[in-house]
Amino acid sequence: MKILVCISNVPDTTTKVKFVDGNTKLDTTGIQWIINPWDELSLTRALEVKDDASTGIKSVTVAHVGPATTEPTIRKALAIGADDAIRINAEPTDAYFVAAQLAEVVKKEQFDIIVCGIESSDFNGSSVGGMLSEFLGYPSVSAVSGLKIENGQVVINREIDGGKEIINIPTPFVAIVQKGIAKEPRIAAMRGIMMARTKPIKLYEPIAIEPLTQVVSFEMPKPRAACKFVDAENPKQLIELLQNEAKVI
Amino acid sequence: MSVLVFTENWDGKFKKLSFELASYASKIAEMLNTDAIALSIGNVDESELKKLGSFGVKKIINVNNEALKNLDNQAYTSVIAEIAQKEGSKVIILSNNNTGKGLAPRLSVRLKAAIGAGVSQLPLSVSPFTVYKRAFSGNAFAHLELKTDVKIITLSQNSFELIESANGASIENANVQVDGSIVKTQVKEVQKQTGKILITDAEIVVSGGRGMKSPDNWGPLEELAKLLGAATACSRPVSDEGWRSHEEHTGQTGKIIAPNLYFAIGISGATQHIAGVSSSKFIVAINTDKDAPIFSAAQYGIIGDASKVLPKLVEAVKEAKGK
Repeated sequence: MKILVCISNVPDTTTKVKFVDGNTKLDTTGIQWIINPWDELSLTRALEVKDDASTGIKSVTVAHVGPATTEPTIRKALAIGADDAIRINAEPTDAYFVAAQLAEVVKKEQFDIIVCGIESSDFNGSSVGGMLSEFLGYPSVSAVSGLKIENGQVVINREIDGGKEIINIPTPFVAIVQKGIAKEPRIAAMRGIMMARTKPIKLYEPIAIEPLTQVVSFEMPKPRAACKFVDAENPKQLIELLQNEAKVI
Repeated sequence: MSVLVFTENWDGKFKKLSFELASYASKIAEMLNTDAIALSIGNVDESELKKLGSFGVKKIINVNNEALKNLDNQAYTSVIAEIAQKEGSKVIILSNNNTGKGLAPRLSVRLKAAIGAGVSQLPLSVSPFTVYKRAFSGNAFAHLELKTDVKIITLSQNSFELIESANGASIENANVQVDGSIVKTQVKEVQKQTGKILITDAEIVVSGGRGMKSPDNWGPLEELAKLLGAATACSRPVSDEGWRSHEEHTGQTGKIIAPNLYFAIGISGATQHIAGVSSSKFIVAINTDKDAPIFSAAQYGIIGDASKVLPKLVEAVKEAKGK
């Protein structure tokens, strides 16, 4: 079986975002780019599953929609342990566009398990994985916090309110994962970084797709009022403020 | 034309979330001069369905079918798409919770409808149709134009008020054919804790960070939560260390929450943590470091050690509640 992990290239999560061109574009000056955190966890879990020889996973591929400038992020995924990569050479315009590009490539390359992070930390669309599954007509499970293969059967944990469901799903399918799928992201070792330089990145040109959405502008969150401090010896005052001023308890 | 809202139920019961969705849909319907229709899938009795009618919807469509007993994204997508087409729905609203995130993108492709995901208020305009949505994990917001004829919105939990307004809602039991063979996922087992207040539902959340110093020090924090009827939560280092389960992790990669009141105790407030809790209406921070970034996000603060402040806070709450 072959696993595909879809990865997105996002600003480091500690970035203080700023916008340019009349607040329509992200100011990319000085930004460190990383693998989207949920995609990194997805990749980690895919590699763990492959490491267990009994699962019969032959390869873990990463796919990404982005221009050539995003290749360092793909190399990072290869350094962590992906066997090979696919880059679709296009500026990602919206989730629909990205999912349509990925679907086109999956139809050609064929994978058994496709894993996507629940959302990207930049546009927070929570859409690409679900859209991809619908383009392909594959079953999908969202809120996946566990994925394993037992005697050739894929078993998934789906988070529900106050617990989880254990689900059997036939391949091919799309798993949309969240925190819990892997304990911590795997870190690239020196050997992995060396090997990543020679691993193949297959290039596809995009198909013509009209995005369905358009960002008109960005804005910063409204600043909050200054913090009111209460003496540590007198928390009673805090309770009074919460009761009478904030009226929340 | 209509506005369709998918109202999830939990073992046949609606939650505040379902009524928030109905209120939101009714307001959008007003903006578009049309009616809101609520769709419920599953075994929900009539008295429960009627409750949706108090939040402005004109019609409640009930689909109850054995094949839809468990959430299967493909089967549910087919039902919602069929109803939306039959009712000529121009806007479809779901929650931005796990279920909505599973269904909305599939519907988007099925109906070629643009999605505005993680929306926290009414559209900025309906022509062009522009929504205000969370971006950069709460560090910014986007004005996003949905350019298709049919639009999908997923509404952030606890971001829209309940608006009671009766509209003489009728209940219609829709006879939707579901071919069981399209259900590909098979739920083998359900593991559920009962009686615990869920972080995503809670009006008050009490959360601890590394400043709690040890997994053995959570007694007073849990007591405070219990007194306030609050859910307990934690920061990422705490769940990574295994002090608390990852289900309690609030923050960018954990749970994104918007309670009325959030206590950040011994949490310094890394960007990623703030991103997950900044939609809280009020934040109380307790930290030894007066320069900790959490105080910039908080309305109320106490500079002090959690182990010393918490017991006093517990006593103060007991006194205020007369316990």
